[in-house]
Amino acid sequence: MTDTIANRAAKVTPQKVARKIKGLSDRAIAWIFVAPTIFLLLAINIFPLIWTIQLSFTNYKANRLNREPEFIGLRNYERILTDSDIWLNMQATAHFLFWTIALQVLIGFTLAWLINKKFKGNDLWTTIIVLPMMLSPAVVGNFWKFLYQPQIGLFNYIIAFFTGKEPSSFEMLGSVQLAPWSIVIVDTWMWTPFVMLICLAGLRSIPDYIYEAAEVDRASKLRQFFTITIPMVLPFLMLAVLFRGIENFKMFDLVVQLTGGGPGSTTELTSINLKREAFEKWRTGYASAYAIILFVTVFGLASIYVKALNKVKER
Amino acid sequence: MKKMTSAAVGAALMTSVSVPTMAMAEDLTLCWAAWDPANALVELSKEFEAQSGHSMNFEFIPWPNFADRMLNELNSGGKLCDLLIGDSQWIGGGAENGHYVKLNDFFDAESISMDDFAPATVYAYSTWPKGTPNYYALPAMGDANGWFYRKDWFADPEIQAAFKEATGRDLGEPQSQKEMLEIAQFFQGREIDGKTVYGASIFTERGSEGITMGVTSALYPWGFKYENTPGSYDMEGAVNSPEAVEALEFYKEFYETATPPGYTNSYMGESLDAFKSGQVAMAMNWFAFFPGLYADPNTGGDKIDFFVNPPQNQAGSTLGGQGISVVAYSDKQDAALEYIKWFANPDVQAKWWELGGYSAHNSVLNDPGFKDSAPFAGDFLEAMGAVQDFWQEPAYAELLLAMQKRVHDYVVADQGTAQEALDKLIEDWTEVFEDEGKL
Repeated sequence: MTDTIANRAAKVTPQKVARKIKGLSDRAIAWIFVAPTIFLLLAINIFPLIWTIQLSFTNYKANRLNREPEFIGLRNYERILTDSDIWLNMQATAHFLFWTIALQVLIGFTLAWLINKKFKGNDLWTTIIVLPMMLSPAVVGNFWKFLYQPQIGLFNYIIAFFTGKEPSSFEMLGSVQLAPWSIVIVDTWMWTPFVMLICLAGLRSIPDYIYEAAEVDRASKLRQFFTITIPMVLPFLMLAVLFRGIENFKMFDLVVQLTGGGPGSTTELTSINLKREAFEKWRTGYASAYAIILFVTVFGLASIYVKALNKVKER
Repeated sequence: MKKMTSAAVGAALMTSVSVPTMAMAEDLTLCWAAWDPANALVELSKEFEAQSGHSMNFEFIPWPNFADRMLNELNSGGKLCDLLIGDSQWIGGGAENGHYVKLNDFFDAESISMDDFAPATVYAYSTWPKGTPNYYALPAMGDANGWFYRKDWFADPEIQAAFKEATGRDLGEPQSQKEMLEIAQFFQGREIDGKTVYGASIFTERGSEGITMGVTSALYPWGFKYENTPGSYDMEGAVNSPEAVEALEFYKEFYETATPPGYTNSYMGESLDAFKSGQVAMAMNWFAFFPGLYADPNTGGDKIDFFVNPPQNQAGSTLGGQGISVVAYSDKQDAALEYIKWFANPDVQAKWWELGGYSAHNSVLNDPGFKDSAPFAGDFLEAMGAVQDFWQEPAYAELLLAMQKRVHDYVVADQGTAQEALDKLIEDWTEVFEDEGKL
């Protein structure tokens, strides 16, 4: 008897079933194993995607079941891409994305670098720093809302202490200028530990002998940092940027809790706007087109980024 | 055989007496918003349970999620609610999308007359198309946006003297919108009992309907109209009329000069909190909350009084309130209709008002003692005489969210001018009506 996967599987399978398995090829067995996953993927990912694409060319409204949807071609796409309000939402999202990632990478890497130094209480500090990312975004949003409260909020009092300004003279969540920064601050507070952990994994994966060799070659600490630490942590850092980028592109809960997209539409990120179109205005066809545009954007950017990441890894 | 027949008849009789009672006893679920009147309704419904044998369950959703949650339920044909006290603006969608049972035949069969209810409430809560005798709800809870203020501060001789000196007139309930702003500005930042207080708390909430309800409380007294001719959807010159622009500018000035700092996203809850914590001299809110406010041990009783939304060019109040409908997807429609029949009874309506609900029944409202039955009863009657409601179209959610965005952008985020905000609003609404095939 040839030692195929089917035969090996048959040996450890009850006899009744084993008889059926024995005649199958390795390829057939492989298909049997992956079929449920493929089926699930098709059912919950691919089918909705295809359906969404189809709906995006119609004026379908999910709350108007007694109205026949009409095919309207590319009108939804045209409307979205020429809508100045949507471009403002895109700008708000880009602002949020850029600054959260920049700050989280900078602070996260710095914290990881400090934590990586062996010192007393190292583990305790790691645990304390990691705490914010363990909280629910709804909880974080709510308590930061209190911290930002201009009359009783601690944040305003701290700023007032350092600047001498009256605490109630500025509103972090109510000001058009400050609100975009207020959501950046909260997201950075919450998710910097995640970037720190990934960077820490990267730092700890660098073998000590590389630094020892550099020491022998009399490389300065600064040179070691730029020629060993940074290049070797870079793939990890890029991975963290990818994760945070994708997460923040679809940021919803935290910002809804904090500002609800306001004041006006200043912090109305694309995901908030998309939710309003889809499940409050019930413009299902329009929202489908919107979702497809966002999907293509994220998918395209992520693909380019992953290619770059692979190149960095190959070096 | 004869014996058997007698036994069979006896058994049949027994069955006919006992089984229907058991079969008819249903578990009904009534859905509404979670607020003070809902608690009163729970109390009131105990009488229905005792009389009918049905048991009542209640699903109360907090206001900010009420529309989302309930409209999703209706759109998905959900069976959670047998009875729904839905917002007045949902009536168009409820009727056209087949969510609500049409009640005309039932009203005829049970001799329930819509003439027994206040006309404004029948028009707003029950009819679709508007004003036609097609009823999809029974007026359940009359409501309008009104005002309350710190009577003890207004009566303080020192404050009165300071106000007289500042404005040249006596401090009292405002007779116009502009007077109200003047009073609010007078209190803004003033020290009272060693504490800094502010003018008034108004609605500025962005997510659901808050700022629209607040802004319309200024727009209606200035004479705002949605259309030049009702039913024509010709909004140019009506929605962006000079009066509408002035009213919107007024609301922005009110927000900027007479509200507590940080009130950029405030609605019912925040308004109540601001008043109860002694932060503001005046506050806007729905009449539904007034019984609770009056009963408040700290800021109620002698310390509070109420007034109707002041007029400017005309009287006008933003309509709140709801009608009670039978959900078309319910399997217990008969029992649900039984509840409506019971609720329409004048005695039940009188008890409803006693418990803190706002009856819309004429027998309650026209009672000679009604005006004096509560300190806000007279104001409620006055408000209901001049109420105006938002669009009640099936696409109301799109219309509402467009207005939320445009007015919040202007009032709170300080973007553009009032004229631009209203012009853009017409563009948004035109697009919605075009999609609906109405333009």
